[in-house]
Amino acid sequence: MTSFDLQAILPELILAVYAMLALLAAVYTGKDKTTPLVTYATAAVMLALALYIGLGDPVTGPAFGGLIMADAYARFAKVGILVAAAAVLLAGEATMLRRGLGRFEYPLLISLATVGMMIMVSAADLMTLYMGLELQSLSLYVVAAMKRDSVKSTEAGMKYFILGALSSGLLLYGASLAYGYAGTTRFDGIIAAATDGHVGMGLLFGLTFVAAGLAFKVSAVPFHMWTPDVYEGAPTPVTAFFATAPKLAAMGLFGRVMFDAFGNAVADWQQIIALMAVLSMFLGAVAAIGQTNIKRLMAYSSISHMGFALLGLAAGTAYGVQAMLVYMAIYLTMNVGTFAFIMSMERDGMQVTEISALNQYAKHEPVKALAMLVLLFSLAGVPPMVGFFGKLYVLNAAVQADLTWLAVAGVIASVIGAFYYLRIVYYMYFGESEERLETPMSPAAWVMLVGSAAAMLLGVINLFGVEGAAAAAAAALVN
Amino acid sequence: MDNLLSIVTFLPLVAAAILAAFLRGDDAAAQRNAKWLALAATTATFLVSLAVLFRFDPADTGFQMVEEQSWLMGFTYKLGVDGISVLFVMLTTALMPITIASTWGVTTRVKEYMIAFLILETLMIGVFVALDMVLFYLFFEAGLIPMFLIIGIWGGKNRIYAAFKFFLYTFLGSVLMLVAMIYMYVEAGTTDIPTLLNHSFGSQDFSLLGIQIVGGAQTLLFLAFFASFAVKMPMWPVHTWLPDAHVQAPTAGSVILAAVLLKMGGYGFLRFSLPMFPVGSQVMTDFILWISVIAIVWASLVALVQEDMKKLIAYSSVAHMGYVTAGIFAANQQGMDGAIFQMISHGFISGALFLAVGVIYDRMHTREIDAYGGLAVKMPAYAAVFMFFTMANVGLPGTSGFVGEFLTLIGMFQANTWIALVAASGVILSAAYALWLYRRVVFGDLIKESLKAITDMDAREKAIFAPLVAMTLILGVYPGLVTDIIGPSVEALLTHYHAAAPALADAATAAH
Repeated sequence: MTSFDLQAILPELILAVYAMLALLAAVYTGKDKTTPLVTYATAAVMLALALYIGLGDPVTGPAFGGLIMADAYARFAKVGILVAAAAVLLAGEATMLRRGLGRFEYPLLISLATVGMMIMVSAADLMTLYMGLELQSLSLYVVAAMKRDSVKSTEAGMKYFILGALSSGLLLYGASLAYGYAGTTRFDGIIAAATDGHVGMGLLFGLTFVAAGLAFKVSAVPFHMWTPDVYEGAPTPVTAFFATAPKLAAMGLFGRVMFDAFGNAVADWQQIIALMAVLSMFLGAVAAIGQTNIKRLMAYSSISHMGFALLGLAAGTAYGVQAMLVYMAIYLTMNVGTFAFIMSMERDGMQVTEISALNQYAKHEPVKALAMLVLLFSLAGVPPMVGFFGKLYVLNAAVQADLTWLAVAGVIASVIGAFYYLRIVYYMYFGESEERLETPMSPAAWVMLVGSAAAMLLGVINLFGVEGAAAAAAAALVN
Repeated sequence: MDNLLSIVTFLPLVAAAILAAFLRGDDAAAQRNAKWLALAATTATFLVSLAVLFRFDPADTGFQMVEEQSWLMGFTYKLGVDGISVLFVMLTTALMPITIASTWGVTTRVKEYMIAFLILETLMIGVFVALDMVLFYLFFEAGLIPMFLIIGIWGGKNRIYAAFKFFLYTFLGSVLMLVAMIYMYVEAGTTDIPTLLNHSFGSQDFSLLGIQIVGGAQTLLFLAFFASFAVKMPMWPVHTWLPDAHVQAPTAGSVILAAVLLKMGGYGFLRFSLPMFPVGSQVMTDFILWISVIAIVWASLVALVQEDMKKLIAYSSVAHMGYVTAGIFAANQQGMDGAIFQMISHGFISGALFLAVGVIYDRMHTREIDAYGGLAVKMPAYAAVFMFFTMANVGLPGTSGFVGEFLTLIGMFQANTWIALVAASGVILSAAYALWLYRRVVFGDLIKESLKAITDMDAREKAIFAPLVAMTLILGVYPGLVTDIIGPSVEALLTHYHAAAPALADAATAAH
């Protein structure tokens, strides 16, 4: 182990050490009384690390003998993951306390999951990949079942665990095939096994199984079944977390594996991803129409959005990866704001998730309703909201890669999807008045909601410079 | 000032932001302030846009007052006007103060109402001045949001259905255009409209899924744009959202919808379809001419049997837009001049008709034709104004309606005599439905109890109609006001169009 190796994983090390020290400290001091403190400390550490990674001297190159890859792509994904995780923690802190879930383990499990995600996106070896993935998944299984006395929450945790274990199995099986036929678990070895643009039959099987395992993590159709149930069952702040950072990590890992390990056989996996993209976009759009529960609706919405992100990946070009990263950055921003709102929905202190509860909401809370309006139109991809530019990016990438049919399918799916976002607007602005919905928000949650809505509007000027960072990240991955 | 167009475009948005940020409360005083501020802002915008008109040089057929800034994703923020777009900008800015003045009676969520209209004005002007495809698309699509809210919040009984239908219908049309735009971007490497106007897209026939595509990529691109503009226009048979939207929208919403939003489709044909895909346009010309005249005859017949006044005027709009599309695709100077003239004139006339319906709706809260009759007795001023615009709608010589219909009919006659023959029958039909409507509402005996106490128009209402009457008359007597400005640009467009598309004519001759 050299100092370079340590430097490459310094943020992960710091976060992991912090999580363990904080765990000990909290156990031996105030236990659950320390929860707010631990939450703020965790968010502060995450934001500090994001600043360090984003602004510090870039560390570039393979570390630990090729197990870990430090490059612009990993940095982009890590900053996104850390910021999203910190934002969700801050936004959800008050809600967790109010719902009687103020356990100090929650922020620490989130930090460990975050460490896993950071390892995922910088994996350069199938073993590292698996380690990162499992560290993330195990932490997430636990937080999904955080509300132990709720049947739905435990069910969500159980479902997530069983299906997650299945997908890990698929992925491991694929990894073993890849190892068997390529003779190595290292990505730079696997990529060399592809000749004239194609991989052998055995390696192709491995590729397919790995892709299936990863598709489960991004909840792309047909591996999406767990998503609505888990989203609905888990406590809402936890759902908010599921919808954000892990999605970016999984998409980041997807891109990493497809380009670093199978980048010489783009034609072999392009069709798989394209098909998953189309199915996800359409199923997400159609299935959400009938939902009455806003959390389930957001689950289908995220499936649809993952379809669009996969569209960028399916292009198989550096521009496609850039489009995917921009799309994910926009997606995270929108979802942090939307969930900051959803987790605050309640009536008489009880959580409400029915969409119809939003009836005439705009009359009582014009500012929050307006912020939600902006976010919903942005999710639907209507200009001038920034969500439109995310879609434009991936569609552009698809057309450039001669996948015009995919782009046409994508826009049709987005019209179908617009319907259910409009339905929420309809309840908030046009609905019949009924019992009033309360949305008590901590200042942090309010800032997340209004801030992300403002970002969706102001981003039309220059997308806050995400483009340049994404382009650099994509260039580092695809070469 | 080098950024005059930006000022015109964003002035209403700034006013909307001021309203949103600083106006508090919902009492009568706050409502009055909101209305006055909106009126002041739209009037100021109109005055600034007059400066645009004065600085505009009709002899120059290129884009004028161009502003350019780099923007995200390699696109540009580029604005400019030519002879075709400058009048649409004027139409929008001129109608907005009138529209705002017509909303004086609104009492629910006044501040939001004003904000929605101000944002809508920015987006409408933006559509006509944008010189970057993506920027155009952004303005074009974003306009759906305020209109969706205007119909949905301040609309009539069945407003939810109408709002959703309006949004999803137009959204579906537009996204296909988006894919076509992306294809053009990938193909030509730019989204700059002036550059694209001189780019020739592939027109070689090829076969797709076993179907021979005559005109190649141009035809497909044309169809994708057509999906958007035809819905917006609206052309038969994709017009069905319009009667619903019109009936349910509040008066001011109907005015803007009929007067400006519909014109975006026609503007799109002139800005994109014809000059950028001349071969594709030629392939589709006959088809479009025929569905245009079907729209004229069919919509007029449907208008005859309507029982709701707004619906009747909505169908009349569909028929009048049929003249516009037929005139555009006749592809000669008279047809195209007439089409643009018809759009401008229809903006004033249909706007005025919806306002006229609004006047009696405000008093009686019904739009049923049967609920009225004999209004001339109690409302002489109203009867005169309504008569004037009914005649203008029919196309009485001396009003602007006549010029538009006459020019487009000449254009059609040159392109295809049969088309002109069928279209001309629409003139008679429009007289039938419009005069019948007028007879049933205004003439006859005033026998209905509920109407006995109805009052004539007050000063505010008269003031609203005055500029509309003036414009309709001026344009009717001196159409040169419009044709002098659009003439050179239309001529340049036609020269370009006919130069770029002879390939198809030759191919057709060779095949025979």
